[in-house]
Amino acid sequence: MSDAAKAPRERPMSPHLQVWRWHITMATSIAHRATGVALYVGALILAGWAVALASGREAYAGYQALLGTPLGLLVMFGLTVSFFYHLANGIRHLVWDAGHGLDIKSANASAAFVFGFTAVASIVAWAAYFVLGGA
Amino acid sequence: MVSYRTPLSRARGLGAAKHGVGHWIGERVSAVALVPLTLWLVWAVVRLSRGDYDFAVEWISQPLNATLMVLLVVVSFSHMCAGLRVIVEDYIHVALNKAALLILNLFVCGLAGALAVFSILKVAFGGGA
Repeated sequence: MSDAAKAPRERPMSPHLQVWRWHITMATSIAHRATGVALYVGALILAGWAVALASGREAYAGYQALLGTPLGLLVMFGLTVSFFYHLANGIRHLVWDAGHGLDIKSANASAAFVFGFTAVASIVAWAAYFVLGGA
Repeated sequence: MVSYRTPLSRARGLGAAKHGVGHWIGERVSAVALVPLTLWLVWAVVRLSRGDYDFAVEWISQPLNATLMVLLVVVSFSHMCAGLRVIVEDYIHVALNKAALLILNLFVCGLAGALAVFSILKVAFGGGA
């Protein structure tokens, strides 16, 4: 404790983003938060849908039209990707919480799996959307 | 390393604030519940996007759909409220800003969630306008 008695000195800083070699597990961690925030907005859009439905025919048609614009569809696509990512990576976190898959090799493999699942599931969901639209 | 915690405190395992464990477990339990609920929602959104107002009213009037929708809203809003709270606590270090954002987060989740639940129940009980 003798150091504490002396004048304050430069203390070591925790390394920041720019000094780390970019790594896939880092990307999954950051993306989990980013997609979580995106889904927060998505949940508000869902609440808006419920309010529009309760507000009557015109309000609902207007809300549907808004979501059907190119920007609306882009937002929905972004939410789809965010959802499947957050779902898969969330399950990955639950597995970690149970004490499994924490070694580097498993963490790297599950990270790659999460990104792959996100791509495939998003494509399947939008394929379902277009197939039902054609029917 | 010397620990200054009493054996009883360590056995309870609640930490200094006495409620962090509850937050942590709550986030995970809601996550587990959201796995089936949100997958169901994706399917519901695909179907609803292809239907009009009458379809949506008929859909939400079915007890199972209305119940799952209300559950989804309640669980997801509590989950996202807990999640954004952690993000604010991690990145915002000015006390007043942090308090303001935490309160805003809680109020936005509370208001939007209540609006959504009320709206779902209104249509489910009363049918369309």
